[in-house]
Amino acid sequence: MAEIKIVTKNLNLFYGEKQALKNITLNIPDKKVTAFIGPSGCGKSTFLRVLNRMNDLIDNVRIDGEVSIDGVNVYDKNIDVVNLRKNVGMVFQKSNLFPKTIYENIVYGPKINGIKDKKVLNEIVERTLKQSAIWDEVKDRLNENALSLSGGQQQRLCIARALAVEPEIILMDEPASALDPISTAKIEELIHELKQKYTIVIVTHNMQQAARVSDITAFFYLGELIEFDRTTKIFTNPAKKQTEDYVTGRFG
Amino acid sequence: MLKLKKKKKDFMGTSSIWFIRIMFFSLILILLLLLGKIIVQGASTISVEFVFDDPKNNMTEGGIFPAIFGTIAVTFIMILFAVPLGVFSAIYLNEYAKDSIFTRIIRTSINNLAGIPSIVFGLFGLGFFILFVGRNMDEVLQTGLLFGQPALLWAAATLAVLVLPIVIVSTLEALNSVPKSHRDASYGLGATKWQTIKNVVLPQARPGILTGTILAISRGAGETAPILFLGAAFFLPNLPVTDLCIGDYCIPVINPAKQFMYLAYHIFILATQSSNPTKTLPLQYGSTLVLIALTFLLNITAIIFRYRFRKSLGRI
Repeated sequence: MAEIKIVTKNLNLFYGEKQALKNITLNIPDKKVTAFIGPSGCGKSTFLRVLNRMNDLIDNVRIDGEVSIDGVNVYDKNIDVVNLRKNVGMVFQKSNLFPKTIYENIVYGPKINGIKDKKVLNEIVERTLKQSAIWDEVKDRLNENALSLSGGQQQRLCIARALAVEPEIILMDEPASALDPISTAKIEELIHELKQKYTIVIVTHNMQQAARVSDITAFFYLGELIEFDRTTKIFTNPAKKQTEDYVTGRFG
Repeated sequence: MLKLKKKKKDFMGTSSIWFIRIMFFSLILILLLLLGKIIVQGASTISVEFVFDDPKNNMTEGGIFPAIFGTIAVTFIMILFAVPLGVFSAIYLNEYAKDSIFTRIIRTSINNLAGIPSIVFGLFGLGFFILFVGRNMDEVLQTGLLFGQPALLWAAATLAVLVLPIVIVSTLEALNSVPKSHRDASYGLGATKWQTIKNVVLPQARPGILTGTILAISRGAGETAPILFLGAAFFLPNLPVTDLCIGDYCIPVINPAKQFMYLAYHIFILATQSSNPTKTLPLQYGSTLVLIALTFLLNITAIIFRYRFRKSLGRI
């Protein structure tokens, strides 16, 4: 296996009294695609949001255990959460572009991080739009409202926006679940491209998608990590009965 | 085999629709009668002189300019107080305050504040702003009797308290309507809470905040009771204006220490306190029409702003 980027040890998460994640221990490799699969409510999205501390924004969430990225404990009280989120980008299930122009959406992140030079911003816009394979479609309409784009384009723009703050890790929470097959294929192709430079963690409901895009797959069930292995192994020869039942569609 | 039933007469349905229609058209009728009468009766009074002249001859002739000016001046200063106070309180309540018994009591109190009779605000203004704040300021600043008497400033402050619930409630609704996903997107890009509020939440809430301001202006300009004891003058042709001079260069500015005339109060005076109420009837209609037109004008201005903001958000 490649170098390890993210490590979690004995991670437990509680919403009030309810325990949503139980004793999760896993290692996410650098510059690979790791997929989280499992039925609804199994905690995979919650776990994803642990990695960039998005759960901090919800009241009543309590976390114990350890999460570290490049050996640094993310939940250390001296860690700057804002800086963490800059380094661990996120793409959400539904496109959540701001009601601003395409250009303004991309430069939002760089601008709040203090980049003011117009030339630099223009370069970022061009680079990220090319990286997310949408440059040709939008280069002539950068000053149009981003919400006028199609659903698939909006989602790719969300990815471009996430890339603009130069993260090392990109978390994707079911990024293609609301898209048509052609847009989905484009997103998957994009994920393939991006893993050259970024560590990608993707939550998906679609098992074919997990099989197609990921190198490593983690199967969650009822807040527990059931199995974690190479994608080929999970889908062809899983070690646990539950995993086999799930990936063959017998439940879930 | 499929058997389709014949259409039955739905007596209840038809009669309720007619009932609703009658109610609706009654409303239109009432509105038309009210507005129509004011417009028809008032239009003949309105002229350039009426709008730009002082009242004359014991207020049985002449114009209403001081009252128009006073109304605009007071509402303007009221907005300067009410909007920042209301908007920032709402931001605190919606974005920063945790949901606790304490904040719930505050929310309920704000809603209750909107239901208090306006005369109570007038008495509060007299007791709090003039007698407490003003008199104490005079004592501390050694200004004699400057702040501790009825004045435009205190009238505007009292009206600001009166319209505060309107501003707060509409701002709260506007902030609440900004989708959580947009906040998440901003946090996900490494924005702080304040950056998120400033760059994502407030721009989207702006149309709603403006709606609150519009409502506040209309409410404030039309109130009479709260300003009765707070500097609204029976007859005062001098505008509440003082020249502010820097060297030789002087510009007239609103002087918030002065008393003022107020349209709504002026109508009340003409109708009840005048030496000859029958003779002033055209003036009453004219003043009422001007007051309605003025609020309408202020509203239109705010609506145009709101439309621009919405357009810039791509919501139209």
